[in-house]
Amino acid sequence: MTTVEDLPRNTEAASQAAPPTLRLEDISKTFRATRALNDVSLTVKPGEVHGLLGANGSGKSTLVKILAGFHAPDPGGLMRFNGEEVSLPLMPSDFRRLGMSFVHQNLGLISSLTVLENLRLAQIALPGGHFINWRREKAAAEQTLERYGLDITHWRRIDELSAVNRALLAIVRAFEEIRVECESTGKPGLVLLDEPTPFLPKEGVEKLFKLIRQITEHGSSVLFISHDIDEVMEITDTATILRDGRVSGEIETREATHAKMIEMIIGRSLSKTENAEHEERHFEPFLSVKDLEGDGIRSCDLKVGCGEIVGLTGLIGSGYETVPYLLYGAIGAKAGRLAIEGGRETPVAEMTPKKSLRENFALLPGDRPTQGGVGSIPVYENMLLPDIGAYFKGGFLRNGTMRREARKLGEEYEVRPNDPDINLAALSGGNAQKVLIARWMKRKPRLLMLDEPTQGVDVGTRASIFEALRTAAADGMSVICASSDSEQLAEICDRVLVFARGRIVQELTGAAVEKDLITQACYASLDLAGLRATDGQKPLRTGNEHD
Amino acid sequence: MTKAGQASAADRTSSVRMTRLFERYALLLVWLLLIIGFSIALPNSFPRWGNFSILFASYAPAALLALAIIVPLTAGDYDLAVGATMTLSSCIIGVLNVWYDVPIVASILLALAAGVAVGLFHALFIIYFRIPSLVVTLGSTSLMTGIVQLITNSSTIGGIDNALIMAVVGGRLFGVPYAFYYALGAAIVMWYVFDFTPLGRRLLFVGRGREVARLNGIAVERVRIGALVTSGLVASTAGVVYAGVLGSADPYSGLNYLLPAFAAAFLGSTTIMPGRFNPWGAIVAVYFLGTGITGLTMIGIPLWVTNVFNGGALILAVTISQLTRGREAPDIG
Repeated sequence: MTTVEDLPRNTEAASQAAPPTLRLEDISKTFRATRALNDVSLTVKPGEVHGLLGANGSGKSTLVKILAGFHAPDPGGLMRFNGEEVSLPLMPSDFRRLGMSFVHQNLGLISSLTVLENLRLAQIALPGGHFINWRREKAAAEQTLERYGLDITHWRRIDELSAVNRALLAIVRAFEEIRVECESTGKPGLVLLDEPTPFLPKEGVEKLFKLIRQITEHGSSVLFISHDIDEVMEITDTATILRDGRVSGEIETREATHAKMIEMIIGRSLSKTENAEHEERHFEPFLSVKDLEGDGIRSCDLKVGCGEIVGLTGLIGSGYETVPYLLYGAIGAKAGRLAIEGGRETPVAEMTPKKSLRENFALLPGDRPTQGGVGSIPVYENMLLPDIGAYFKGGFLRNGTMRREARKLGEEYEVRPNDPDINLAALSGGNAQKVLIARWMKRKPRLLMLDEPTQGVDVGTRASIFEALRTAAADGMSVICASSDSEQLAEICDRVLVFARGRIVQELTGAAVEKDLITQACYASLDLAGLRATDGQKPLRTGNEHD
Repeated sequence: MTKAGQASAADRTSSVRMTRLFERYALLLVWLLLIIGFSIALPNSFPRWGNFSILFASYAPAALLALAIIVPLTAGDYDLAVGATMTLSSCIIGVLNVWYDVPIVASILLALAAGVAVGLFHALFIIYFRIPSLVVTLGSTSLMTGIVQLITNSSTIGGIDNALIMAVVGGRLFGVPYAFYYALGAAIVMWYVFDFTPLGRRLLFVGRGREVARLNGIAVERVRIGALVTSGLVASTAGVVYAGVLGSADPYSGLNYLLPAFAAAFLGSTTIMPGRFNPWGAIVAVYFLGTGITGLTMIGIPLWVTNVFNGGALILAVTISQLTRGREAPDIG
C-alpha cells in the first residue's frame, strides 16, 4: 500500500513565491452572547514553525477547535490552504486531502496497543482492506521509526513508553499521516501541536523540538500551540498572539523579547497597578501543610488562615489543581504532613474523604458529572448526600423532610428550577453547580476546597458562587480555590500561590492579587523558579516567604 | 394511547403526571391484560384459583432470585451466579439432611452460610482483585455447578424432611401457599432498606457514581461487598424455598430460573419506581413472566417456546428499562 522511499526534497516548494500553507481571514465565533473570536487572521508560511499564544479566554482553544472541525465559525470568515479556498466548517474528510493533522494534548494513542499498531492504525483500520500484511506493516513502522531517529521498539506497548517517547510517537504518526499525501501533490502539509510539552522534562522538550525541525525540513509547517513563552521563543519562527478573541500581534520570534510577549498576551506593559480593593489582612492560622508530594506535586508548603481565600494557579502541567484532591484524600499523597489549628501534625497520606468530612472539610471537584453529583438521581438526594444519616429518624429515612430542606437550600442558592425531585442532569451546568455548592455550604465547612468552580457556569451563577464564598469566608470558613482563571482569582482571593513544575514558585498578596499580575506570574513562573535549567533538582523558592 | 395525549397544553403538568402514573403501573396493567387474554383463550382451565395458587408458589424461588439480583445491580455489579447459588443451597440441604441425617434447621443454616461464603468469594475477586463481576460470577456459576454435581453424584435427592415442605407449601394463607410470603417478606425488607434507610441511598450512589460516593465519604468497597454477600444470602434462601417447593434437591433445574429472574429484575426497573431497580417491580415482573409461561404451557405450546420467551423477555426488558431512563448513562458497565 505504502511504498517507503527516500523523501523527495520539497524545499523548493517552500520558496518565497509559494502561497501560505494556512491562511485564515476574519474568523469569528459567537457563543450565544459572547464573542469568543473576533475577526482573527492567521498566516502560516510553508516550512515554518508558527506559534499560537494566548492566555485563558483569549480564544486560542476556540480557534484550535475551529481548525479541528469541532466548531463552525460565524459566516464571513475565510480559510485557504496552499492557496486553495476551503469551505468551513472543516469536515473529517478534508484533513487527509489537504494534508492537515493534529496532535492533541492527550496524544490520542491507544495505550494498550503496541507502537506498531498505533503507528499504522490509520492504514490497518482503513476500510476496504481485508488482510493485514503484518510483515509489511512491521517493515514500514521500523523504517518510520528509523527515519526520525526514534529509539523505540515497535512491539512495545504504549503504556511501557516514557512520556517523551509517547509524545514523539504521536507527532511522528501525525506527520506520517499526511506525508504521503504531501509527497504526491508536492504541496506542504500542516501539523498542529496542541500543548505537547507541559508534562515533559527538559531533555524531552529538546528531542521534540528536533523532531519538529525534521518535519519542517520537508517543507511542511507546524502550528505550535503553547502556554510556554520560552518554548515558543525557542522553536517558532513567527508567532500569533491572541487576546480577548482578537489578534494582538504577529511577530518574528527572533526579534521578540520575553517581556514583549507577555505584554502582548496581557495587553499592556506591566508596571504598577492600582488595586485598592486588596489590602493585606491578617488571618489566624487554620491549616498548615508541609512537604506535600504526590501526583505532580513535588514538594510544597502552604498555610491557610481562618476565613482566608487562597488561590492556587499556574500553567497547564504545573500541578496546582491536584492540591485540593491530595489534601481531601481523594488522591493518595506520597508525602507531606498537615496540622489543623496548630494541632498535631498528621501525614497527608492518611487523609480519606471520610476523614476529611469528619474534620468538616469539603471538596467541590472540577469534574462535575463524574465526581460532583450523579445526574440520574434527583436533586434532593444529591444535595443532602453527605448528611443523609441525619435524616434517618425513628427507623425511617425522612424523605419529606429531605425534600423540604432541599427546597429551602435551593431557594437560598437560587437553583432554577427549584424542584427537589427532578434529576440533577435536568439542570443546567450552573444550576447543578449551585446544588453542589449548597450541599457543602449547608454543612458550614471549616475548609472548602474548589477546583475550577466556575467552569461551564454562566455569569450569574458565577457571581452568586463568589457571593456565597465571600459570605462564608467572612464567617471564618477557609477556602482553597484552584483555578486557571486569573480574573476569578483576582476577584475572590486574599492570596494567590503560583505553581510551576509541581512547586510553589511565587506568592502574590495584597495589591499583587490582580488579574494581569497573576497571568504574568504564571508565564514567568518557569523562569522564576529557575527550574528550566536544573529541572527540579532542588526545591527553589523565589516567591515571597510566608511569615 | 395515554390520556396524556388528549390533554391540552394548558394542563401540561397534569398530563406529565398522568404519563408518569401510567408508566409506573403499565406493567401491572399489561399483566392484567395477559391474565384476561389467557382466561378468554382457556376459559375452563386458566382462570382458576388453584392455577394461580401453584403459580404463586412455584415462582417464589424465582422472585427471591430477582430480589437477590437487584441488590448488587443497584450497586453496579452483576451477579450471574444467583441461579447456581440457589442450586448449591438446595443441594446442600438435600445432601446433609437426607444422606447425612443432619437436622433440617442445621442443614438450612449451613445452606445459608454457603450463600454468604459465595458472596464473599465473589467480593474477593470483584473488589479486591478488581475482576469484572460478569467474569467472576460467570466462572463461579460453572464452578458451583460442578461442585453440586460432585456432592449429589448428579442425582436428584428426594426425601427431604417434611417439616421444610410443610413450611413452604404445606399451608395457605388467603389461599396462597406460604412460599409466596417468603418472597413477599424479602421484598418488604428490601423495600424498607432501599427506600427508607440511608444505606439504600448509599447503595444507589455507589452504583450510579462510584467516585461521587467515595468523595462524599461513603465506604464504596464495603457497600459493594455487602451487596454481593446479600445477593448470595438471598439466593441461598431461594434455594431453601426451592427445596421445599420440590420436596427434593435437583442439581440441574435451578439454572433455568436465572434468565427469568434477570429479565424480571430489569423489567421491574421500568415499573413502580421507573428508572431504579426496585423490589416491588421485580416481584410484579416475575409473576408477569410466570403468568406468560404458565399460560403458554397450558395452551400447549412446545417446550422450546419457554426458552424463546425468557430470552426475548430479557432483551426486551433491558431495552425498555434503557428507554425509560432516556439518554441517561446506564448504571452497569
